[in-house]
Amino acid sequence: MITDIIAAKDAALADIKAAASLEDIVALTTRYAGKKGELAALKKQLGSLDSIEQKKAAGAAVNDAMMAVDVAIDARRAVLSATALAEQVENERLDLTEFMGAPTRGHAHLATQAWERLEDVFVGLGFRVAEGPEVETDWHNFEALNMPVGHPARGEWDTLFVDHVPPGGKPGSTVLRTHTSPVQIRTMLAEEPPIYVVAPGRVFRRDTPDATHMPVFHQIEGLVIDRNITMADLAGTIDAFTKAYFGPGFNSRLRPSYFPFTEPSAEFDIQRPDGSWIELGGSGMVHPNVLRAGGLDPEEWSGFAFGFGIDRMAIMRHGVADIREMFADDIRFLEQF
Amino acid sequence: MKILLSWLNEYGDFADPTDSAAVERVADAITALGLEVESVEVIGETVEGVVTAKINRLESHPDADKVQRVHVTTGAGDELHVWCGADNISEGDIVPLATLGTTMPNGMTIERRGILGIDSEGMLCSANELGLGDDHSGIRLLDPDTPLGLPYGEALGLSLDVLIDADVTRNRPDCWGYVGIARDLAAKMGIEFRPPVPTFEVAGEPHTTPVEIVDGDRCARFTSTVISGVEVKPSPDWMANRLTAAGMRPISNVVDVSNYVMLELNQPNHAYDLDTLGGGGFRIRLANDGELLTTLDGDARTFTGEDLFICDANDTPIGVGGIMGGLDSEISDATTTVALEIAWFSLVGIGQTVTRTSLRSEASSRFERGVDPYGMPNAVLRFAELLSETCPDLVVHAGGADAQSDFLPAAERSVDVRVGAVNRLLGTDFIADDLPALLDPIGYTVSGVGDTRSVVLPTWRLDSTDEVDVIEEVARHHGYEKLGKSVPKSTVHGGLTPHQQRRRLVREVLLGLGISEAMPNPFLAPGTLAKAKLSPEAISITNPLVMEESVLRTSLRPGLLEALAFNESHRRTGVRLYEIGHVYPPSDGELPAEYEALTVVLAGEEAPAAVAVWRELVNTLGAGARVDQSRAPAGLHPTRTATLQAGKDPLGAVGEVAPDVLAAFDVHERVAILELDLDQLLGRAPKPTQWKATSRQPSSDLDLAFVLPNDTPAEKLDKAIRQAAGKLLVDMSLFDVYRGAGVADGSRSLAYRLRLQAIDRSLTDADIADVRRGVETATIKLGAELRS
Repeated sequence: MITDIIAAKDAALADIKAAASLEDIVALTTRYAGKKGELAALKKQLGSLDSIEQKKAAGAAVNDAMMAVDVAIDARRAVLSATALAEQVENERLDLTEFMGAPTRGHAHLATQAWERLEDVFVGLGFRVAEGPEVETDWHNFEALNMPVGHPARGEWDTLFVDHVPPGGKPGSTVLRTHTSPVQIRTMLAEEPPIYVVAPGRVFRRDTPDATHMPVFHQIEGLVIDRNITMADLAGTIDAFTKAYFGPGFNSRLRPSYFPFTEPSAEFDIQRPDGSWIELGGSGMVHPNVLRAGGLDPEEWSGFAFGFGIDRMAIMRHGVADIREMFADDIRFLEQF
Repeated sequence: MKILLSWLNEYGDFADPTDSAAVERVADAITALGLEVESVEVIGETVEGVVTAKINRLESHPDADKVQRVHVTTGAGDELHVWCGADNISEGDIVPLATLGTTMPNGMTIERRGILGIDSEGMLCSANELGLGDDHSGIRLLDPDTPLGLPYGEALGLSLDVLIDADVTRNRPDCWGYVGIARDLAAKMGIEFRPPVPTFEVAGEPHTTPVEIVDGDRCARFTSTVISGVEVKPSPDWMANRLTAAGMRPISNVVDVSNYVMLELNQPNHAYDLDTLGGGGFRIRLANDGELLTTLDGDARTFTGEDLFICDANDTPIGVGGIMGGLDSEISDATTTVALEIAWFSLVGIGQTVTRTSLRSEASSRFERGVDPYGMPNAVLRFAELLSETCPDLVVHAGGADAQSDFLPAAERSVDVRVGAVNRLLGTDFIADDLPALLDPIGYTVSGVGDTRSVVLPTWRLDSTDEVDVIEEVARHHGYEKLGKSVPKSTVHGGLTPHQQRRRLVREVLLGLGISEAMPNPFLAPGTLAKAKLSPEAISITNPLVMEESVLRTSLRPGLLEALAFNESHRRTGVRLYEIGHVYPPSDGELPAEYEALTVVLAGEEAPAAVAVWRELVNTLGAGARVDQSRAPAGLHPTRTATLQAGKDPLGAVGEVAPDVLAAFDVHERVAILELDLDQLLGRAPKPTQWKATSRQPSSDLDLAFVLPNDTPAEKLDKAIRQAAGKLLVDMSLFDVYRGAGVADGSRSLAYRLRLQAIDRSLTDADIADVRRGVETATIKLGAELRS
């Protein structure tokens, strides 16, 4: 009996060693180690042995054989699994550089990219974003902004007029807004202070296109109305924006200027870390007449406003030599950014 | 305004033109006053080594026809020989000679150089080569009396000077004159201001020129002073040089003094020859419609009833009020007595005529901004004083006319200024006693005691009317840089509105789908809308820059089709673009029916690609619309387009652009298109999605194929299945559409896979059979036939 057990074990071990695939291992497991396997069959015969000693000895031998076979099967399976995995991954080899095709994501317009960056900076500074129509009434675009009919400064805006005539209105009283400032008026009329808004948007001038001008372009306007807002608050807000948008190494300054809708008025410049100055935009304390047009009492409320070009920010950031390129809708341009 | 520093120094010791640090301080102070300095240019610099020389003789060379040999002398030493290509020289001329070793402004060094074996020992110079202007047509010839061997700068009376170009803002009419700038600058720099105080006296026999102002709203003051003893001759060099530097051509002493007084005192004026002045007086009235006048620039112009004329006493027009004199009103060499006009015109009136006629002048630019209505007497005497330098017998006659209308601004205007209001706006802590030091030097006279002071506004600052105007002056002279920087203590929070956030989400979806953003011109050419088969009803620009850009778009479609055509013409096909932008359909309201639109165009793709984009947006935004293929909007493919209906409102359209429209726009690919009213789409913010439990139970898939007539939309079948399958249906997809053998003509087979699952139990075969039966019953009503 023991001889049979040893013979069976040796045969099994030899077969396991020779197993060439995981499928062989499955078959050998059934044949030798399964409940109906050869060793199990031998184990069943133990009962037919005569003496207890014989049973013990044969039992030990069969258990030893079964354990040896299990160990051998596990070991062989591990080897074959590793080989199979190595073979599989080798067969699945890819040259990933074959797949470096063009990215498929679309490209937001440069003006939109600058627009959203600016919005994000101002939102971070506590501003909301206001919007308004691009075709405007003369009243919102000029009159409410302290430029009554006949005001000489109107001439500086190179206004485009449209043939829309409001009911009971006069021809020539509808314009393509020349700045985003009408949104100031609309916001003041629609909301109670405190007002902290920026108004980005498209504006229009009767200006022949060249490398730095387009008749259709984008501006962002800021308006703050609250109690006891001072010109120092304007300077500080411009400075906070400068550092948030351009970087901590940048500075800003206000210098006197003139706009009909602010007084005192100021141009604001930013200083690069190398010390050079760039003129950025206009600003000032909201003129009492503008507050009144917005339905606010200048004795109760004060505020400041500022504005500058969005497209120019994009051009400066990306080194675009000619603003007209930005609006040619050439996919070769759009895809660069 | 171009400011010549040596001239400005007449009114204060601002800076030595040769001291560049001092010049920079002046320029910075001018900018800090709000007159932005555009450029600072050093002029009158001379080139060392260039001296005056006389041409002894000219000689041609048989082998050189473009240059000639010139023998010159500098008065000492040997005769020098130079080659010269200019042909404006002749023997005896005095010319500037660059001697050997001279470095010219362009960097070239004059060296001994041979042509045809004969050395040139210097170079004769043109004005341009010496940096004396643009003239390079020939050698700069000097006065025949010029001594030889003299540095040419000395011979020409050149001295180093600085020209500062400053931008004068519209609220500073006074800064169109030297005196106005000097007043402001002296106050800013804390130095003494010396305005000109003419000592000339009115001495002559009374002589009055009658003045009648007919339209006093347009001309509020007109003074006319008779000045005799005039001799018309050239101006002295100092005046001619200053005017030249200021960009004005010296003409004669009378014209030059007139210009000088304008530049110095900001008082435009006009001298008429009294002997040729019809009726010896003036009448100021509006022109008649169609009335003609030839202006000083030589153009015969037609005027309207809104333009103001200066006429002589016989009512013959002799000038356009405040803008330009008539050609016939010019003084001549024979003039001996002039009537000097100094007037004040309505700012708005001047502006209107300038805008309508495009006729502008130095005078109109000043009147349009507002000159001092009370500066005439001083200006008359200054005129006489300056002219008397060349006309020693000059007499200013008493009895000058001074006609005024009710529209003349008051001589004394004052405003109350509260120091609290100053501090409230500027964030400063001034006391009222600080105000005079800032305001008095610039002519704003502060008086009174307490926290509210009365400030008399200067007559030359008509822009100043209110307290806030004075506050601005305080801020300017205190210095903006001293106001400090603080950040408002806001109690509100920033952020984007839900609408704006959803707009960004739309962009993200589109960019993720590989669609780039275009921004075509919102102005279309006439006919473009019709070309796109859109309604030609649109708003037009009444003063377009060019006709091709004169119609306000009512749709984003034409601009994007043009963009596709452009890219296709540059061999870029398959371009995917979107635009988010305003469109401006006409309306009867206060403003056009402007709204924000979104259009997507996918070149080289068919309608389903646009539907896929629409589905992505619906999925992201959680706001859908009914797809109604019963009618296609004009210009879109009639059988491949659906309108998107949200309730009763049309939200947009999805499909393809009509082939004939593509052809008209020169697009040779198919174009899938999605058009949406973005205002509407973004305005319908959905409620937050509510959680639905996901089942842990096993699921079963049920595949069903239906034959459905082509004219019944698949969407209806989809809906019917979903309804009938009820709450066991957790997912469904249309996985096959088949037309052909085995399916009746005019129909197609649509195969759906339904995933069924209960939340709380395993499904039985009976459950699945129920669903199948229910779906079959429901879909039969649509005319759909369930295939086995």
